[in-house]
Amino acid sequence: MEGENICEVDSGDGLGADIISTVEFNHTGELLATGDKGGRVVIFQREPESKNEPYNQGEYNVYSTFQSHEPEFDYLKSLEIEEKINKIKWLPQQNAAHSLLSTNDKTIKLWKITERDKRPEGYNLKDEEGKLKDLSTVTSLQVPVLKPMDLMVEVTPRRIFANGHTYHVNSISVNSDCETYMSADDLRINLWHLAITDRSFNIVDIKPANMEDLTEVITASEFHPHHCNLFVYSSSKGSLRLCDMRASALCDKHSKLYEEPEDPSNRSFFSEIISSVSDVKFSHSGRYMLTRDYLTVKVWDLNMETKPVETYQVHDYLRSKLCSLYENDCIFDKFECAWNGSDSVIMTGAYNNFFRMFDRNTKRDVTLEASRESSKPRAILKPRRVCVGGKRRKDDISVDSLDFTKKILHTAWHPTENIIAIAATNNLYIFQDKVNSEMH
Amino acid sequence: MGEEEGLHQTPFLDTMFVRGLKRKCFDGEEDIEGTLAGIKAIPSYNLQRQSLLDMSLVKLQLCHMLVEPNLCRSVLIANTVRQIQEEMTQDGTWQMINTQSTGQASLDRLVSTDILCRSSRDHQAEGKHGPAYGTFNKDFESDQAQDNSETMSTASAVQTPRNLQSNVWEMESPQENKGNFQKSLDQIFETLENKSPNTVEDLFSEVDNSYYDLDTMLTGMMSNTKMGHCDSLETFPSPTNTASNSNCKSDLNDLDHIVEILVES
Repeated sequence: MEGENICEVDSGDGLGADIISTVEFNHTGELLATGDKGGRVVIFQREPESKNEPYNQGEYNVYSTFQSHEPEFDYLKSLEIEEKINKIKWLPQQNAAHSLLSTNDKTIKLWKITERDKRPEGYNLKDEEGKLKDLSTVTSLQVPVLKPMDLMVEVTPRRIFANGHTYHVNSISVNSDCETYMSADDLRINLWHLAITDRSFNIVDIKPANMEDLTEVITASEFHPHHCNLFVYSSSKGSLRLCDMRASALCDKHSKLYEEPEDPSNRSFFSEIISSVSDVKFSHSGRYMLTRDYLTVKVWDLNMETKPVETYQVHDYLRSKLCSLYENDCIFDKFECAWNGSDSVIMTGAYNNFFRMFDRNTKRDVTLEASRESSKPRAILKPRRVCVGGKRRKDDISVDSLDFTKKILHTAWHPTENIIAIAATNNLYIFQDKVNSEMH
Repeated sequence: MGEEEGLHQTPFLDTMFVRGLKRKCFDGEEDIEGTLAGIKAIPSYNLQRQSLLDMSLVKLQLCHMLVEPNLCRSVLIANTVRQIQEEMTQDGTWQMINTQSTGQASLDRLVSTDILCRSSRDHQAEGKHGPAYGTFNKDFESDQAQDNSETMSTASAVQTPRNLQSNVWEMESPQENKGNFQKSLDQIFETLENKSPNTVEDLFSEVDNSYYDLDTMLTGMMSNTKMGHCDSLETFPSPTNTASNSNCKSDLNDLDHIVEILVES
């Protein structure tokens, strides 16, 4: 699989506030939103393809930047509330404006993004600068006309959904009904109506009566893309629960429980930790779910609860290093995963700025690197390989040379085309599959 | 945790934990003597497991930063500790705690863990509410023949290298304090969910703002806490580690308590 870099955006000097914490395409792929640790959201827009400059087709440029969340202080617990944007989800576009939800650990906000590219000129009562005219100078009347102006993008907060969560919000998901959305924290999932901010409906609560008995938390959740009554949530024990909101008001009892029995030969003290699901995504078809745990990505068929239908090893060479990764906390890294538009290829990130793609049909996989060296504009990405000892080819990287501070946790795939967005710490890389783009 | 250290610190532990192979449980002393012979020898499974347990407890202790700790991470670490506890129970590698010096050393660790993982909010609110909470207390009482406060004040003498503040030891009944603490936190959580401002006002009267005390304790603690347990195994383990096996049970009794503390905080 070849890749061609379209643009690389370095959003800062890497002091920490610029670390990208989420990436999300909108439903058409025209817009790409990123959230960072400093609470900012940056939206990129794809330039329309121009026949005059075929090489500039489809570049993403900055469209708008705004501060979504600010740091807060919880006086009750004497703790800071981070402004880091955990998730962004776009609402389906219903008029000329775009809307998205962004959330930090505690508060979800609905933002409306509008464009202004015309302004009225020729007022009778005020002049060009807006000052009131001296009426004695007005000798005739004119009709103001709309004249084009430089594009101005305005972002306004339309709703603030606060005080819904005691624990840290890890996911939000907009329902296919376009009226409701859910937000999940470590122990609870709430259902909100997009127009109502002062109350939400609790639909999942796994908080035990006695907190000492807590052994499992919610790690991710998502609504089914087509059935507005179905949603899934994943747990730190590696299980998935599909819930039907029609069954009861409180969906503590799942409709289906997806769990793979543990492999006894691979059992270790770290088995549970590496089985914790860090991300779950429904396929576009709605037939499958994709989960990511520490070492693998798995495809689950909604109709089969006993085990996944496909399992792909992301970086199995780390299996013998789990204790070191536990010591430096890397074992708790939460990687995301993504489907391509046709559900035939899945993608996830890894360490050393590597990311992996798996073709479900051909069963081929590739490791690519998101780095400045390999990402000159229109450079072809070279497949990378990690060697575990034994035969070592040129350009292979040994496991012990991997840089564990360079982790690709957040990736996104364009909804229809082969364009991917990769967040590598504070850099955003956008790659396009050159092969496809040449097919006319 | 130093991420930049990469994978270089725990080659031995990694080898041990690859497939979770269970080794026959040897007496701790013999293992030490065995490895005494060769500096480069792989430490015994028990030592490895103990090191993992120590590492996990340190991770739980460090959970109090300015920002609320990651609950998922805390739960996973606590489950790991629990797992080690269960295996050690099955192996029979731990003994009943008696009142020897090692027992008291383990109490030190137990109580100091308590101090660190608990917010200092409640340590001045003494005896307000009755019920003891947690299996911590039940296990503790069942294992100890003598009075808790007596043991603790004895332990405080042993504790000098750890620089704990003396007012911490003035608690009369730690169980009651914890009961108060838990009740306060439950109220807090319920309040946040119900969003009823009235009970919030009431809660403020019970909340203690002595956060600065916790900072001082943590500072004192950190200078004595061993970091990088895996590293210490590569150089040869000191004889004091032989006592660590008997510390297991106290650590493990402490587990439930830790779990509660860390998830409440």
